Amino acid sequence: MHLVLFIIFAGFCLAGAINLLLQTHPINSALSLIVVMSSLAVLYLLLGAEFLAIAQIIVYAGAVMVLFTFVVMLLNVGVEEKTHGSKIAKAIGFPAAVVILGVIATVVLEAQKSLGQVSLSDGITTTQNLSRVLFRDMLLPFELTSVLILIAILGAVALARKEGHS
Amino acid sequence: MFLLFSILKVVVVTVVLLTAVAYTVLLERKLVGRIQNRWGPSRVGPFGLLQPLVDGLKLFLKEDMIPTNVYKPLYLLAPLIALGCALLSIAVVPFGEPITWHGVKFFEIADLNIGLLILLGVTSISVYGIALAGWSSNNKYSLLGALRSSAQMISYELALGLSLVGVVLRTGSFSLADIVKAQSVHGIASWNVFGGGQIIAFFIYLTAAYAETNRAPFDLPEAETELTGGYHTEYSSMKFAMFFMAEYANMITVGCVATLLFLGGWTSPFGDLIPPPQNIFLHALIPILWFVAKVFFFLFLYIWVRGTLPRFRYDQLMGYGWKYLVPVAMLNIVGTSLVLAFP
Repeated sequence: MHLVLFIIFAGFCLAGAINLLLQTHPINSALSLIVVMSSLAVLYLLLGAEFLAIAQIIVYAGAVMVLFTFVVMLLNVGVEEKTHGSKIAKAIGFPAAVVILGVIATVVLEAQKSLGQVSLSDGITTTQNLSRVLFRDMLLPFELTSVLILIAILGAVALARKEGHS
Repeated sequence: MFLLFSILKVVVVTVVLLTAVAYTVLLERKLVGRIQNRWGPSRVGPFGLLQPLVDGLKLFLKEDMIPTNVYKPLYLLAPLIALGCALLSIAVVPFGEPITWHGVKFFEIADLNIGLLILLGVTSISVYGIALAGWSSNNKYSLLGALRSSAQMISYELALGLSLVGVVLRTGSFSLADIVKAQSVHGIASWNVFGGGQIIAFFIYLTAAYAETNRAPFDLPEAETELTGGYHTEYSSMKFAMFFMAEYANMITVGCVATLLFLGGWTSPFGDLIPPPQNIFLHALIPILWFVAKVFFFLFLYIWVRGTLPRFRYDQLMGYGWKYLVPVAMLNIVGTSLVLAFP
């Protein structure tokens, strides 16, 4: 059951990602990205991370992507034009992609040795467990991240504010 | 067996919900009629009770027009997203005291640890139905309505989510069944809205939920006087009916959630004063009656508000959401946390 669901939603995820690149209209690409993110949420759920799954839906598929589509709609962005692409990009791009894939694969495989692994039907990590780690063991990094986000918000406000207006 | 029962539960709940949607429309027409000193529908059947049936038939038989310059894939997808999200969120709502019989749980489709978060997640997804409908219709009124609606829903989602934190803090769980159980001891005195001191959160939740469902006084996305019909201007026949059903299904879900979170769900307001009935059927049925009565109260409130309050102006709407509801909701969280930390 778990394996079947994994294959279905991993398929959705990959199909969405490929469709994202192939579509020429920004709104279709944005919608494909939503498919990718929702499928990822299901994969998290299969691994027993229920809070992470729903946070993925609320934050990424809900808030972030709504903003994307909102901007696309507001600017009324049209279909993008196809170009042949530069030769340099082709010459360097494909090897670079292969190298990056290789690096990520090695890192993940190496990390598996020290971190251990989770199988699909393992127990559920409840929200209580998660918050215990987050607010007890990882409190400092967590708070630092919040400060970082706060600084980003302040920066955005400072940039958006017109001169002379208070 | 489990799968069969689950499918059966889904079918039953969907049918009941859609019937409730049809009769909420009738209730609204009747009540708004009385508020405006007229009768409302009264010709079809006794007291107009068959009106929803005939309305449904009319919408079903109407010609389904698709304008020439719409972006077809999204134009067809949008009503499905709207209705799908509206029906999806009812899946986590428990209607009565969960009774397990032969390994099957009755009175709710799914009892999840993160039920409340699922509701919020579905709310955040349902923006797409309206946004895409407006954009793909290729009509300025639709687009304006959709943009207004997206901005409104994103803004009020924040206040909505924050207003629920107090309830979660008091219960220590995201499971809707647990939240109700925590309010069941002393009847009305232990409901979150009274004994729990969450009356401010209750007010914020209701206001934000009215804005989320695009209902009066926050029905700017479909303000007839300025936008003809808003995001569903170009939709006809069953596609329009889908948006219509989604709106009313969302109203019912909001009523259910408000009941569960603030009014003690299926528990009786008298608590232990009246001993629970010995008969097994009464034991199962009476909680459902309480639940339905409370949801009915919220539906009545929705219609009452619609009949009596004027529409907000758009800048007032945004100012009210960001400058009053969000800060007050945050203060409510701080206050609730302090009370819980230093009892």
